[in-house]
Amino acid sequence: MRFGGLQAMQGVSFVSEAGRITAVIGPNGAGKTTLFNCITGFYRPSEGAITLRHPGGREYRLDRMAGHRITARAGVARTFQNIRLFGGMTALENLLVAQHNALHRAGGGPLGALLGLSRFRAAEAAAIARARDWLVRINLLDRADAPAGSLPYGAQRRLEIARAMCTQPVLLCLDEPAAGLNPRESDELGVLLQSIRAEGCSILLIEHDMRVVMRLSDHVVVLDHGRRIAEGPPELVRADPHVVAAYLGEPDVEEVLA
Amino acid sequence: MNFSPFREAGMKRALRDAGLAALVAAGLFVPLVGLRTEAVGHGVALSWHPWPVAGLVVAVFLGRLVWLMLPRRPAPRLPSAALARAGRFVAPVLLVVALAWPALPGVGRYQLDLGVLVLTYVMLGWGLNIVVGLAGLLDLGYVAFYAVGAYSFAILAQFLGLGFWVCLPISGLVAACFGVALGFPVLRLRGDYLAIVTLAFGEIIRIVLLNWTSLTGGPNGIGGIPRPTLFGLAFTPAGGPGSFADFFGIAPSITQRFVFLYYVILGLALLTNAVTLRIRRLPLGRAWEALREDEIACRALGIDTTVTRLTAFAMGAGFGGLAGCFFATRQGFISPDSFTFSESAIVLAIVVLGGLGSQLGVALAALVMIGGFELARDLAEYRMVVFGLALVVIMVVRPRGLVGTRTPSVTLGARRAIGAGFVAQGRG
Repeated sequence: MRFGGLQAMQGVSFVSEAGRITAVIGPNGAGKTTLFNCITGFYRPSEGAITLRHPGGREYRLDRMAGHRITARAGVARTFQNIRLFGGMTALENLLVAQHNALHRAGGGPLGALLGLSRFRAAEAAAIARARDWLVRINLLDRADAPAGSLPYGAQRRLEIARAMCTQPVLLCLDEPAAGLNPRESDELGVLLQSIRAEGCSILLIEHDMRVVMRLSDHVVVLDHGRRIAEGPPELVRADPHVVAAYLGEPDVEEVLA
Repeated sequence: MNFSPFREAGMKRALRDAGLAALVAAGLFVPLVGLRTEAVGHGVALSWHPWPVAGLVVAVFLGRLVWLMLPRRPAPRLPSAALARAGRFVAPVLLVVALAWPALPGVGRYQLDLGVLVLTYVMLGWGLNIVVGLAGLLDLGYVAFYAVGAYSFAILAQFLGLGFWVCLPISGLVAACFGVALGFPVLRLRGDYLAIVTLAFGEIIRIVLLNWTSLTGGPNGIGGIPRPTLFGLAFTPAGGPGSFADFFGIAPSITQRFVFLYYVILGLALLTNAVTLRIRRLPLGRAWEALREDEIACRALGIDTTVTRLTAFAMGAGFGGLAGCFFATRQGFISPDSFTFSESAIVLAIVVLGGLGSQLGVALAALVMIGGFELARDLAEYRMVVFGLALVVIMVVRPRGLVGTRTPSVTLGARRAIGAGFVAQGRG
C-alpha cells in the first residue's frame, strides 16, 4: 500500500483462518491500521489482492469492493482505535442502526418500512430483540436508553463490539480493543471474544496488550515497517528473535562487546 | 482601602478592556451616528454631530467597566425539570391554537395573513430540518427548491392550464428531482465546502429564472396563477354559481378565501411534520441521524451513505417544492425577487434556532422569528436592532437552539431526553 512516496506496506501476505482468532501485532507505525483500512475498504490497495472466503464457499475480492459493501455483502465488520460510536444516540439506537440493511432486506425495503407492512414490523421486533440480547451479553441492559456518549470507556468499547456484531459478520476486525482497559476488563473482553469465536465468527485483532494476544489468539502475524517479519502460533512468535528485535530494539555494539 | 496586587491588576485589566471597547464603539458610532447627510438645495451635505458619539462612547466605557468590576455570580440555571414538564404541553397547545386560529376573537385579515406567513416558514423550516437538523448536511441554498416548486406550478398553469391540486404533487416531485440533482455533485463535499456549493446552487436557480425569459418571464415573473378550489368550488369574491359561497348558501366575503388558504398551508405543514416524525422512527431516519453523528462509522456498518444523503436532499427539497407551490397560489404572481439568498438564510436561521433537529423547536423558532419580526413593526427603525439583540441573547442563553435536547426514536424503557452536549452538529 503506497501513499505517494511512502510505502506503508509491502509484500504483506498471510492467511487468517476461519473460526480462529488471528492477532496482528507490531510496533507503532508498522502498518497495522493501514492493513485494516485496506481490508475494510477505507483504503484501496495500490497492488495485491484481498480475498474473503465464506463458509459456503463464496469468495469476495475485498480490494475491489466499496467500503459499505464490504460490510453489507461480504460480512466484514470493524471497530476503531478511537471509539466511533454515535454519541447522541442511545445504546439501543446504536445497535439498531447496525441492523439497517437486515431490516430493509427482511422488511420489504424502504417502502415496506414506510407503509408499515406487517413483515417490517416483525423484522423490527426481531432487530430490537437481537439488540436486547447483545445488551444483556455485554452487561449494558440497564443503560440501553442512555446516550452512548455518556457511557464509561470500557462500556463504550463493549458497545462498539456489540454494534459491529449486530451486522452479523463473518469476520470481525478489532482495532486495539483492549486499549485503555484495566486487567479485569481485559479478561472480560477475552471471554466475550472467545464466545464470539465459538459462535463461528472469525476474528482479526490488532493489539498491543501481549497478555491478551498470548491468551486469546490462535495465530499471530507480526508486522514491522510495513513488512511481515514473523507468523505462527503465539508461543513461537514470542520467542522469534526478529520479533524481539522489532519490539525491544537491537543491542548496541558496545553492549554486546561488554 | 487596601488594594492587593490582584485587585490592582484586575482594575488595570478592566480599564484596558473598557478602553478597547470604547475605541471600538468610537470607530462604529462615528460613521453611524456622528455623520449625517442632510438635503441642502439640490444636493446633500455632510453634517457632523460629536455629542451623541461622545455620549455613546462614554456609556460603553462605563458600562463595560461596571460589568467587569462586578463580582461574578454563578449563571442562573433554568429550572430544567419544570421546563421539561411544561414542554410537553407546548406542542398540543400550539396545535389547538393553530387549528382554531381563524375562529379566535380579534383575528382579522391581517392576523390571518400573518398566520399564513408563519405557517409557510414553519413548513420550510420543517423541510430544511430534514437536511440540516436530521442528516447534518449544511444546505445554504434551500430557496432553490422553494423557487422550483413555485415556478413549476406557475409554468404548468400558464402552458397547460392545470389547477393547484393537480400541480401540488408535481411541484413536489420536480423539486425532489432537483434535490437529487444538487446532491450528486456535492457527495464528496463536507462542512464549509458543502455550504458554499449549495449556496451557489440557490443563486444559479435564481439567475436562470431571471434570464430564461421565454419560459419564466424573466424579471417580470409569471402572473395570473390560479387560486386553489375546494373540490371544484372557487372562492370568487363576488360569489355566483359554482362558488363556495353559492354552494353553502352564505354571503360571499374575501375572508373566506384567506381562511381556506390558511387551512391549506396548515394541512401541508402538518403533512410535512407527520412524514418527518414517521421517517425518524424508521431505519432511514436513524441512518440520517447516524450520518450526522459519525459518517465513517456509518460506512463501517454497511450503510450506503450516498443513498442516505441523496434521500435526505430529495425529501427536504420535495417539501420545499410543496411550500413553493402554495406560495405561488397564495400570491397569484411570482418573480425571481422573492427567491433570494436571504430567504435561505432566514429558513436556515429558523432551523438552527430551533435546535437539534427538533420539530417543535423549529415551529417555535419560526413563530419567534417571523411572528416576532412582524409584531415589532411598531418599533419602526429600531426593529432590526431589537431583533438582532434578541437573536444574540437567545444564542448566548441557548447556544444549541431553543430545544436543547434530543428524544431518542426508540427505547426499551422510559423515553428520556438526551442533552445537547452529546449530539453532534453534523459536518455535512
